[in-house]
Amino acid sequence: MLTITNVRKTFNKGTVNEKKALNGINLHLNEGDFVTIIGGNGAGKSTMLNMIAGVYPIDTGKIEIDGINISREPEYKRAKYIGRVFQDPMRGTAAGMEIQENLALAMRRGEPRGLKWGIQKEEHDEYAYALKRLGLGLEKRMSSKVGLLSGGQRQALTLLMATLKRPKLLLLDEHTAALDPKTASKVLNLTEEIITEQNLTALMVTHNMNDAIHIGNRLIMMHEGRIIYDIAGEEKKKLKVEDLLHKFEEASGETFANDRMMLAK
Amino acid sequence: MVTFWITFLTGLLFSLRGGLIQGIFWSIMVLGVYITFRLLDIADMTVDGSFALGGCVCVMLVVNKEMNPALAIVIATFAGCVAGAVTGILHTVFEIPAILAGILTQISLWSINLRIMGGKSNIPLLKTRTIFSDLVDVTGLSSTVVYFILGFVICVIMVVLLYWFFGTEIGSALRATGNNEDMIRALGVDTKMTKLLALILSNGLVAMSGALVAQYQKYGDVGMGAGAIVIGLASIVIGEVLFGWLRSFWCKLAAAAAGACVYFMIRAFVLRLGMNANDMKLLSAVIVALALCIPVVLQKWELKRSYSEKGGDESC
Repeated sequence: MLTITNVRKTFNKGTVNEKKALNGINLHLNEGDFVTIIGGNGAGKSTMLNMIAGVYPIDTGKIEIDGINISREPEYKRAKYIGRVFQDPMRGTAAGMEIQENLALAMRRGEPRGLKWGIQKEEHDEYAYALKRLGLGLEKRMSSKVGLLSGGQRQALTLLMATLKRPKLLLLDEHTAALDPKTASKVLNLTEEIITEQNLTALMVTHNMNDAIHIGNRLIMMHEGRIIYDIAGEEKKKLKVEDLLHKFEEASGETFANDRMMLAK
Repeated sequence: MVTFWITFLTGLLFSLRGGLIQGIFWSIMVLGVYITFRLLDIADMTVDGSFALGGCVCVMLVVNKEMNPALAIVIATFAGCVAGAVTGILHTVFEIPAILAGILTQISLWSINLRIMGGKSNIPLLKTRTIFSDLVDVTGLSSTVVYFILGFVICVIMVVLLYWFFGTEIGSALRATGNNEDMIRALGVDTKMTKLLALILSNGLVAMSGALVAQYQKYGDVGMGAGAIVIGLASIVIGEVLFGWLRSFWCKLAAAAAGACVYFMIRAFVLRLGMNANDMKLLSAVIVALALCIPVVLQKWELKRSYSEKGGDESC
């Protein structure tokens, strides 16, 4: 499904701020894999997702989705295959546009856009149905501006938008990190539900080790731009947070000194 | 005394009528500025140049080529589109900041417009046909009535066309570009294309307005667009102040157009009261500056007001 071969990226090459963000990433995802990604700050988790999405060009290597080489494709062309939810709830929706307009924009992800009316009549029911399952009552406010919604509501909407037209790959970049615990778990449950239901292939960056262990069928740990640990299936289910901390120390030779992760146990 | 007031009031009405007609023709330009300023959040400096470009191209085609004045307006509009495309390419492909890209195009248009006019800075349209004289000949109506009707019809058509366009898939993507560029790119829209398209569309409208104004005032001038962007912004602001309570998109477009009419009526009014015409640009700039400053000041004032060292009641 997704194959990443020897992808490297260095930011600010040749300056004092040079930062090797990705140091030869190799990863292969099977259809239906739901992978959680953990790692310390600056490990390259977000960068990897951004490289897959095409936010920045990669220096070397190859990214393929279903055998199609997308390494050199611009971000907007890759959008055809990829649905994304960002950490910042403000980034995934257009605040000044209506809920249904946002959904209509998302419905046309990767499709050529023409001079047809932006929302067809028959789409209304479809969107109302999709919104209903969020359980937030948004189906009654379809012509409200998205800017009036709370962060949690906006994030749930972004998730819906990212999966409205089934993506080949779903990228979730700490999409619950900016939400309060209750809303975060709600959005996370919804994420699992949608991914299982549509049998999506997904990559989810998280700071919460418990979530990383209990969600998805595979877990990878990153450190200094490399994947240092990759575990799947039954083995992953048996993991404990302590095991992960231990693994991290073993692989990196450092203690896992990240408050956010420790607290998230 | 009574005769003084009668003369004054009739004179004032006459001025206001003139201001209204002028405003109707300039309102097309304001619609163009609305696209870049309100939908994309770009203050497009090309406008000053492309407004004059529209006027110059139109006048030259009518005077030198004896072209049908309506067709000349269409060609002037295309010329404006090209000017917009130049700014758009500088901004999107070469990543020059939008303001600077616009200034570069505007400055080059000054020379280009002089070239188009054969080195003359002002060319009159006194003895040639205009769309207005054509319509007067056909209908036998007075020229004032023709200005009103034709200006109003063109303005309404443009509002309707824009409303339609911004409701389409491409138009929605364009609005979303101004709203949240990251998001719409993640949804598969080439935001460089949408920005380019917006600048082309905007400057097309601006040049069309320039061509209409040139035919209305019966001359084309290389300096006719000077300060147009500020007039555009001031009109938008006036429209929003007067009709800000209207929420739907077509109302906002209509409000911007109406803002232009009000702007030119205010202008006619203060000129009639004896204000120096040269001070008008200062007044326009002050209107825009105030409109941009007031929300900021209000917000700061609100923050200051709501601060208390002890902490207030939780419930409020």
